[in-house]
Amino acid sequence: MEENIISVRNLVRKFGSFTANDNLSFDVRKGEIFGFLGANGAGKTTAVRILCGLSKPTSGEVKIAGFDIYRETEKIKRNIGYMSQRFSLYEDLTVAENIQLYGGIYGLPNRLIREKQAELLNRLGMTDVRNKLIAGLPLGWKQKLAFSVAILHDPKIVFLDEPTGGVDPIARRQFWEMIYETASGGTTIFVTTHYMDEAEYCDRISIMSEGKIVALDTPAALKRIYQAPSVEEVFVKIARPSKSLL
Amino acid sequence: MNQAILSEDIRKSFGEVKALQGVSLDVGRGEIFGLIGPDGAGKTTLFRIITTLMLPDAGRMTVLGLDAVSGYKTLRRKIGYMPGRFSLYQDLSVEENLHFYATVFGTTVRENYDLIADIYSHIEPFKKRLAGQLSGGMKQKLALSCALIHKPELLVLDEPTTGVDAVSRKEFWEMLKKLQQKGITILVSTPYMDEATLCDRVALIQGGRILDVDTPRRITEKFPHRIFQVRSDEMFRLITDLRDFKKAGSVFAFGQYVHFTGLDDEVECVELDNYLDKLNHTNVLVEEIAPGIEDVFIHLMKVS
Amino acid sequence: MKRFIGFVKKEFLHIFRDYLTMIILFGIPAVLVLLFGFVISTELKDARVAFLDLSNDGTTHRISEKICSSGFFKRGASLDSFDDIESALRSGKARAVVVFGNDFERNLIREGRATLSVITDGSEPNVATQTTTFISAIVAGFNADLAGSDSPGTLLVQPEVRMFYNPLMKSQFMFVPGLITMIMIMICALMTSITLTREKEFGTMEALLASPLKPVQIILGKVVPYFFLSLIDAILILLLSWWVFGLTVKGSLILLLAEVMLYILMSLSLGILISSKAKNMQQAIFGTLVGGMLPTVLLSGFIVPIDSMPEIYQWISAVLPPRYFVVILKNIMIKGTGFLFIWKETLILLLFTTGFIALSLRSFKTRLQ
Repeated sequence: MEENIISVRNLVRKFGSFTANDNLSFDVRKGEIFGFLGANGAGKTTAVRILCGLSKPTSGEVKIAGFDIYRETEKIKRNIGYMSQRFSLYEDLTVAENIQLYGGIYGLPNRLIREKQAELLNRLGMTDVRNKLIAGLPLGWKQKLAFSVAILHDPKIVFLDEPTGGVDPIARRQFWEMIYETASGGTTIFVTTHYMDEAEYCDRISIMSEGKIVALDTPAALKRIYQAPSVEEVFVKIARPSKSLL
Repeated sequence: MNQAILSEDIRKSFGEVKALQGVSLDVGRGEIFGLIGPDGAGKTTLFRIITTLMLPDAGRMTVLGLDAVSGYKTLRRKIGYMPGRFSLYQDLSVEENLHFYATVFGTTVRENYDLIADIYSHIEPFKKRLAGQLSGGMKQKLALSCALIHKPELLVLDEPTTGVDAVSRKEFWEMLKKLQQKGITILVSTPYMDEATLCDRVALIQGGRILDVDTPRRITEKFPHRIFQVRSDEMFRLITDLRDFKKAGSVFAFGQYVHFTGLDDEVECVELDNYLDKLNHTNVLVEEIAPGIEDVFIHLMKVS
Repeated sequence: MKRFIGFVKKEFLHIFRDYLTMIILFGIPAVLVLLFGFVISTELKDARVAFLDLSNDGTTHRISEKICSSGFFKRGASLDSFDDIESALRSGKARAVVVFGNDFERNLIREGRATLSVITDGSEPNVATQTTTFISAIVAGFNADLAGSDSPGTLLVQPEVRMFYNPLMKSQFMFVPGLITMIMIMICALMTSITLTREKEFGTMEALLASPLKPVQIILGKVVPYFFLSLIDAILILLLSWWVFGLTVKGSLILLLAEVMLYILMSLSLGILISSKAKNMQQAIFGTLVGGMLPTVLLSGFIVPIDSMPEIYQWISAVLPPRYFVVILKNIMIKGTGFLFIWKETLILLLFTTGFIALSLRSFKTRLQ
């Protein structure tokens, strides 16, 4: 039997009279790459904040890595990693300082941080630039480093926010290979994005629109159902009717 | 003079960084021309030289028959430029932004309304709203309206579809097609390879160098290898196993699939199928496909 | 020209729409004027008066009793010697000390006149002036009593006033010129440098440069609204100080406004210069604070008089334009002098202004860097 690492039942989140998340229910399996898609304002960010333990639902049941979202947020935070393309690394710190900083934040012992740092720099081929500032690195390198730092504390789930926007095609593929490798080791990858070509890389995707999940399946199945050549077309077909003027 | 833009060996450096290392290309009048490449490839720098905002270190840039360095005053009236960050005043309303750009270019909204009517009508119901409160797609449409308000001969759009959702992107390209029919030359840059097919001709750019310039179709036709898409249930093992295959050339993940090209073109589907079966891969699928722009881009990046 | 007007209109929209800008423009100056004004107390009530009575006779007792029962003063300590006067004033135990010399009553009767001294704390000039005026009035009243009584001839007690700490009686309204100097540089330099760098940061500068607008038009378009708003601000401060504290401008109002405009121009060109060098708003704010505000507050003679600064600071102060403006303002507003006395300072401000404009025009390009 497959183990569900994220389990969401009837999640509702309201802001006053506005319902940002309208009765969401879904599961994410261990080791899965799960794509969480939606247009701006569809309610993605609200849902992800809840899943990360940063805010509480209005009602509903959410379990992350077996922990309850209402009572065990500290345990949840220790078991998840987070990476966003825009602000994950400190640009004015060096590569090594960033690694040490994140290791320290997650309370890893110094000896372990040193070991992991050496291993990580070696794997990324970045040992020579360990004392260079992040600001001077190519975007592709930054992304790989940001991801490695996000999984430094061996989290059970990593949340990735638009992880590969803007990099060259080779760097993008190298990045996804890292993600595949991490997922094959049993870590769950939760990708939020509105870049539909990133969605093609996920095992399963959900598409949100106006606070609801309107589709959830493998990219291949969705393309078949909606008779579309790409996830992008699927998205357009799902989202367009409800969009009217906006 | 039939070219809208003629770039001859343009070079530009910022200190140590060589942003453009000899860019030569030409854009015909009335074309939708795409400049396709990742962040940091030099797209914005090239656009700034075309729009007379920057001086090249070397090379000649001729825009609409005028030299981009000496003729900048005339050119600034004839070019509509939409910079990468949309350049709208967040604290002004939709209407105020549009009127402001109209006055700056010495015209009025009424005078050129027919040109933007198609685009502006999408956002006109929200004309009293502040630009800062618009969605990405609406900002994009407003910025396009502002860039068009003085009836430019050449429209230069720097990554107009970045950060905009799929539906708005599709609408945006439909609008560009309509503008093209009105005789406006459109130069557009994008990091999305899949948008290449929507252009008449494209230039692929990487590291300040042009990899190729041609119609999207001919660019993919020129791809020299046979290409297979492969999938199985275990993505990461599939990639590493395919790389270990003795006749493997390039192996890259492409969404749900892995694109495989052999060292020579003798590799057949069956061969790959058997190889993966032996390694206990499940749900294996191998099929030969036509290469896409992204395959070509990766290939050209590796060659250069 | 229509382009330019359109641009200025847009600037006004930015300003009126941002409540923070409005607060900085009009709220802060008003609050500062009131704050500075009220910190300096002007009301005389129950001020303590200490007495040094060397004769200790009936007349001195009567005079001191009259002073203390007037309702304005309270009896403070009785001092034993001249040495105690300074400490009594310094510690704040007394606002004023009244000194009766030896043989006060005998002198009054024998010579028909006697002198008492009033020594006041000049660090609060307003209180000091009132104290001496009131004590003199009380003494005059005592003289009238004497004249009315059956004592022979007209006897006179003469008050002799001395001021401690501020012997020249500089006006307490000195803060107003300093405040105008500071506020003008804050609004002009800070606001223009912020609004210009904001265009850079939000990418709108790129679109402006790619348009037929000339850089000179862009700069002027930014400057014109702030020029007028700053002028209104200066007038507002003057009105407020007149209305609430009764400060009147002694010299020519037209000359004053002309000098204010020159100073605003200088500050605006400083703001443009800063913004042409700054890459983002953070740098612009930092640049104006360090380059404009701090030196103005500390070194222009606003808080510490320039004469009492260490020599090195006096030298630094000499290259700060606000310093000259403070001099100009003090001359016109408080001393009431004319242009002949301030032409040198005006010329210096003019030189600074042209210098800043020339420098910023050189660094503000028709293209992106």
